[in-house]
Amino acid sequence: MNLDMYNPFVIPFAFGVVILFVNLAIAFVSWLYRLDKVQRRQIGKNIISFKTLAAIWEAIRECLFHRNIFKTNPILGYMHFSLAFGWLMLIVIGKVEAVAYEGQYFTNPWLAIFFRFFEDGRDYPYKEVLTFVMDFLLCFVLSGLLLAFIKRMYSKLLGMRKTTKHTPSDRVALISLWCIFPLRLLAESSTAAIEHNGGFLTQSLGNLLAFLPVEKFVTPLWWAYSIALCLFFVFMPFTRYMHIFTEVLLIFLRKWGVIESQKHTGYTDIEINSCSRCGICIDVCQLNTAAKINDVQSVYFIRDVRDLSLDRHIANNCLLCNRCVQACPVGIETTMIRQIYRYKQGNEDIPFYEYINTSKYTEGKNSAPILYFAGCMTHITPGIIDSMKNIFDKADDKYIFIDEDKNICCGRPLRQQGFLEQAEVLKEKLTSIIKDSGAEVLVTSCPICYNSFANEYNLDIKVLHHTQYIKELIDKGKLNLSKQDVKLVYHDPCEISRGNNIYEEPRIIINSIGNLHSTKNEKDDTLCCGGSLANIELNTEQAALITSQTLDVLTKPNPDFIITSCPLCKKTFTKNCSNNKILDISEIVSRNI
Amino acid sequence: MKFGFSLNTSRTIDLDKLDKKKQESFTDDIPTFKRCFACGGCAATCSAQQHTDFNVLKCNLLFRRGEFETLEKELEKCMLCGKCTLVCPRNVNTRAMIIKMRRTLNTKTNL
Repeated sequence: MNLDMYNPFVIPFAFGVVILFVNLAIAFVSWLYRLDKVQRRQIGKNIISFKTLAAIWEAIRECLFHRNIFKTNPILGYMHFSLAFGWLMLIVIGKVEAVAYEGQYFTNPWLAIFFRFFEDGRDYPYKEVLTFVMDFLLCFVLSGLLLAFIKRMYSKLLGMRKTTKHTPSDRVALISLWCIFPLRLLAESSTAAIEHNGGFLTQSLGNLLAFLPVEKFVTPLWWAYSIALCLFFVFMPFTRYMHIFTEVLLIFLRKWGVIESQKHTGYTDIEINSCSRCGICIDVCQLNTAAKINDVQSVYFIRDVRDLSLDRHIANNCLLCNRCVQACPVGIETTMIRQIYRYKQGNEDIPFYEYINTSKYTEGKNSAPILYFAGCMTHITPGIIDSMKNIFDKADDKYIFIDEDKNICCGRPLRQQGFLEQAEVLKEKLTSIIKDSGAEVLVTSCPICYNSFANEYNLDIKVLHHTQYIKELIDKGKLNLSKQDVKLVYHDPCEISRGNNIYEEPRIIINSIGNLHSTKNEKDDTLCCGGSLANIELNTEQAALITSQTLDVLTKPNPDFIITSCPLCKKTFTKNCSNNKILDISEIVSRNI
Repeated sequence: MKFGFSLNTSRTIDLDKLDKKKQESFTDDIPTFKRCFACGGCAATCSAQQHTDFNVLKCNLLFRRGEFETLEKELEKCMLCGKCTLVCPRNVNTRAMIIKMRRTLNTKTNL
């Protein structure tokens, strides 16, 4: 170690770095230790594979270039890109410069950070190029910082209607982060004023400062720069800036196939700490845009979970429509984390639903290749059941109507509220009914049930939502639809669109009946109908606001009929819409065969 | 000899001795609870009702009377499918009511 290259002001910086890495090591080890068996197996299976290379690429693309934020808004993307990539390059090129200067690879660890202070004007390889590049990078980072500052004041300029409210520790970290680069600029410039060793930016500013008594404040400025770095590093693990490191870990785990479990694991903590509190989820949330509730969004939920101050109203006030998950640039499964926290609100471990007698469902019914499970919601919109019966008959398909007596639920509403053990009981009961029937296909009319059967149950038979089933019938030529001259729009229900990527089937069916018109929010950008079973906090008036927002979008093209494929959406729309224009896809099919 | 019916055991509920705290905090959470006029629409559409004598109205009554032990056993029967809420003519959030009752009564609730 070369002690000529030392000044006491490096101590705060060194202290900060040590504290930061100790904290990071403790956090990472404890999270990885708390992964569950399935998640560990996934890592073991995939760690030596091309998935790791893919993860490295994604980490570079997302953590440095922020491609997803660029997609949301280019200026916002540039802001994150300049801060992340610019800062990293300042460190990397700074190290290159220090190595070139010293002529050996091992330099004092702080030399790259405080280089201009220690440089004594002697010549070293590529001096001018490196000085120019360093100044350019500083400019680049400062431009991002300027945008960040503007965003705090006028968020709309950067494409965001709202920015996130901060916690006190966030504020300390934010202020120290904002001070780091201007202080570095001032420190380097005032050194340049004395030593004449600056580049195009620092030297010019240095020349401007030269009329002041620069000698007096050059060391204090380097002290201030070092202290700002120290503060940022010390506070970082307890603030949103923890995402800088955690996101990299998350990307690797996700690429290796780790997914969120139904209960809290280390992976949940990794996801929670990967949230950068960018606030993009606030703008897409209908609770904010329609119902004007702006303190329950995923970003605040995750903040409260991290600060251990979660209020149950915030955990419960969510439609689980997955719009925020879709928009999240980090891809955090916030709705799943909500379910985990709802589960934590307490669960009774006593036997449930013993009154359900599984034998009576298929008893006395002839076996058939198709099982029809209407689902609870379909039973309150009987038109859909009648239409489905008609479609089965017209297509000449034999079927067993399992829940004809409206008597069993698929369990997803329970799961959404965090009653996992109870949902498991229903799952076991229904699985045994389905297995005993010996059928090959399960058709359901309710997207909630579809989601449940397709993703939660491990059924060894094909599960179809009725849109998929009708599409298959049309393909096989079993249904002949007559095309009419009607104007139709389609509402994608959350559970089968964002939840299961069923986008094309309903559109093909509708196009063979009438003229499908597109709407502003469709496919994965679809709006929630407001009737979501996942939210028990909303009152009727607030839910109606969400419904009318969605109806506004749907009625914009002035259609003859609004088509949906979810009984719950249909019921919710019908309640809030004066004219009788809302139809389920099975109803319009049934009318046209 | 079995006559097919029996007498109810006599019991007294002294409403004056009830600790009303649970009910009060509950009504603050779900104000629509007060709107219920016991029409029974919820019970008519209930999935659990097809198998057992579960009844949202009964839960409502037991909760008001403070018969929490009986109520807890009743609440276990609900599958939370949400039909009752959708058919309610008074827009009572019956489903939220059941969930909150479960969590209000559950001693293990930690949130």
